[in-house]
Amino acid sequence: MSRKLLLTHNDVPGIQSYEVYRQQGGYASVEKALKTMAPDAVTEEVKKSGLRGRGGAGFPTGMKWSFLAKPPGVARYLVCNADESEPGTFKDRYLMERIPHLLVEGMITASYALGANTSFIYIRGEYFYVSRILEKAIEEAYAAGWLGRNILGTDYSLDLYVQVGAGAYICGEETALLESLEGKRGNPRIKPPFPAVAGLYGCPTVVNNVETIAAVVPIVMQGGDEYAKIGVGKSTGTKLISASGHINKPGVYEIEMGVPVEEFIYSEKYCGGIRNGKKLKAVVAGGSSVPILPADLILKTAKGEPRLMTYESMADGGFATGTMLGSGGFIVMDEDTSIVKNLWNFSRFYHHESCGQCSPCREGTGWMEKILHKILDGHGTLEDIDLLWDIQSKIEGKTICPLGDAAAWPVASAIRHFRAEFEEYVKNPKGIKDVKHYYRIHKLQEA
Amino acid sequence: MAKVTIDGKTIEVPDGTTILNAARMIGGNVVPPAMCYYSHLKTSGGYCRTCLVKVTKGSEKDPRPMPKPVASCRTTVMDGMEVQNMTAPDLQEARAGVVEFLLINHPLDCPICDQAGECHLQDLGYEHGKARTRYEFKRRTFPMTDIGKYIKLHVNRCILCYRCVKVADQLCPGRVHGVMYRGDVAEISTYIKNAVEHEMCGNMIDVCPVGALTDMTFRFKNRVWFTKPVDAHRSCDKCCGKVRLWYKGEEVLRVTARKDQWGEVQTFDGKPGWICNSCRFEHKLTSDWVIEGPSHIDRHSVISANHYELKEGHKKTDKPRKNLEGKRIQLGEGALDPNNK
Ligand SMILES: Cc1cc2nc3c(=O)[nH]c(=O)nc-3n(C[C@H](O)[C@H](O)[C@H](O)COP(=O)(O)O)c2cc1C
Ligand code: SF4
Ligand code: SF4
Ligand code: FES
Repeated sequence: MSRKLLLTHNDVPGIQSYEVYRQQGGYASVEKALKTMAPDAVTEEVKKSGLRGRGGAGFPTGMKWSFLAKPPGVARYLVCNADESEPGTFKDRYLMERIPHLLVEGMITASYALGANTSFIYIRGEYFYVSRILEKAIEEAYAAGWLGRNILGTDYSLDLYVQVGAGAYICGEETALLESLEGKRGNPRIKPPFPAVAGLYGCPTVVNNVETIAAVVPIVMQGGDEYAKIGVGKSTGTKLISASGHINKPGVYEIEMGVPVEEFIYSEKYCGGIRNGKKLKAVVAGGSSVPILPADLILKTAKGEPRLMTYESMADGGFATGTMLGSGGFIVMDEDTSIVKNLWNFSRFYHHESCGQCSPCREGTGWMEKILHKILDGHGTLEDIDLLWDIQSKIEGKTICPLGDAAAWPVASAIRHFRAEFEEYVKNPKGIKDVKHYYRIHKLQEA
Repeated sequence: MAKVTIDGKTIEVPDGTTILNAARMIGGNVVPPAMCYYSHLKTSGGYCRTCLVKVTKGSEKDPRPMPKPVASCRTTVMDGMEVQNMTAPDLQEARAGVVEFLLINHPLDCPICDQAGECHLQDLGYEHGKARTRYEFKRRTFPMTDIGKYIKLHVNRCILCYRCVKVADQLCPGRVHGVMYRGDVAEISTYIKNAVEHEMCGNMIDVCPVGALTDMTFRFKNRVWFTKPVDAHRSCDKCCGKVRLWYKGEEVLRVTARKDQWGEVQTFDGKPGWICNSCRFEHKLTSDWVIEGPSHIDRHSVISANHYELKEGHKKTDKPRKNLEGKRIQLGEGALDPNNK
């Protein structure tokens, strides 16, 4: 069975508008929370639900909320992370575009739980049109009395703002996001202190992903225990997966946690199999920053059990044989795909997006990209492959924020699982069209 | 108080002390190198990653090791913490990696750099660097710019340690300078052709660990190891007035703040001894200053070549010295006195 909790009313015509959303039972969670529950009771339900952050790291949301410092007389903030810049991930956009009021409703309920009277949705600049949709929804919510002073006649008040970023991947990292929101350069902060203690404007702050906040609505409505019954083990509830690549039916799917990967790729209900009847070569399961896995390992764990769409099953075996569920950006590659080319594309991205604060990421991401380009253009050596391996190992785990890891993991996993392909590029260089062009672009120094 | 053990040496330090500062209290080679941390600049540190250490035991309460190396300059100690610096081979390897990254876009042309002899990256490269680089691509290059009438900026050598940015932020109100762009094209710059002119901006030159920010009144006038550093002071209403004069013969070629053994500006009366532009750039006559005596220079530094200091017990020479301000004194045991005519 596949239950939908977030995209339930997705197909209802006009669901973007307040009236239709309200007719479908919208804003009931705000009513329930504000009228019948204490703020801590809402947090308690979220804890019981076992909901894990949908932004990538999968940290338990209830626990994160309970870490929030509550010194008297100090403002608290809830910030929604709608930056969504991970290549391969587009689920938040879909949700905000289709059912904007679900996010607004979640923001109100979550803000109430956290005791925040001002909340922000920080959205990437490229989603400008989505920000317009959200602004309209917020306007409607104000008009209907769900936002503003003394909501539903209670003593709870909330103001909600949308802030558009300028289009930098790093502003999705929660502390860089807060810097950006404060009007500064989007550089990640050095932790500790964590945002739960000193976040936006130095005040206690919770940063949550769009999908995480939206999930608060069904959790409050049906209760944490009911929500926790969906899924497998510590991966509870439903998850939005943005599926792309060489599949017959790319799109955003709401799955119950625990669907076997094989079913997700091949069943008609989801991706509908590989395009043109080709064979599966590899999958990047959780957005471009997670390790890439070859077909045999993505379908089965190292122990030979079916791999499931859950945090635990994806990570089974560590990075030697596993990967991460991440943000749910599921990129499928068929047998004709060049891993090296794709890796270069990812590397280009991380090189471009490094904020430049710490030396390993600032210098290492560019170096990796250049070596990959060299290999792709048929000028690589076997030593270059070892060099790549070495560089990624010197970035991973040594930087301020996880962007360094995000740049290193794809390189490590591609070499680990597809080394033969790299060697092929080195031994039988095919893709070289114009050697001079290569040297011109790279102004390669003579050895 | 918290008890912390670094490379097998235990020390008790006040709560809130960073691992780096605890290591500095122990001294010797347990002290990790620090290219971006500067104790007198708030929120400095964390950027360069040269000070990474391994925490093998978190604390008495939670003895689990930390999963990744941590920046010792930004991580505070916990009671019972155990840390490895020199004793962890994999950490030394990681540090060598950081040095390699830092040297990708920092030219190894020390012989012609104004900072040679005072450069911590040079030391670091010497200690951790490899004889050959594995980087074969083009390095980034920038033209040199004058960012005001006293400071020349050469971004080629900049390692983006953010120290000058912190000086601009914390010592020079009305900021006109910072980091532009991101990633490996990020560069220190003044915003839209502004000039860095605040009275305290000269301190940027002192905090720059490499030769990216240079003193236009001194640059390339001499090699630093041919000059003689002498401590001196004057009364100044803008700063502490305690400086180091760098002599060549009888001429003061350069004035800087006084630095401690960590290469940071010294503390006087509990305050950092930043100096103003007027002391630094406009007072270059011996008569402007009260001379205190030769500066202490660490033996590891090339500046200590041909540099002799009086040791405590040797202060008295056979022939009685006149006071240092006197016109003529007998040079005792290599004491260098610019007032000696
Ligand atoms: C480089 C980088 C980019 C990130 N981008 C996003 C993003 O676009 N959206 C998001 O929700 N989380 C992103 N994250 C994760 C956030 O830092 C943070 O963990 C998350 O917003 C927490 O929300 P959650 O607990 O609801 O998952 C990013 C992290 C890093 C290191
Ligand atoms: S890891 Fe990269 S993106 Fe993150 S702080 Fe360091 S340089 Fe910036
Ligand atoms: S100019 Fe010097 S002080 Fe400023 S960031 Fe670069 S290296 Fe650091
Ligand atoms: S000195 Fe600690 S990171 Fe630079």
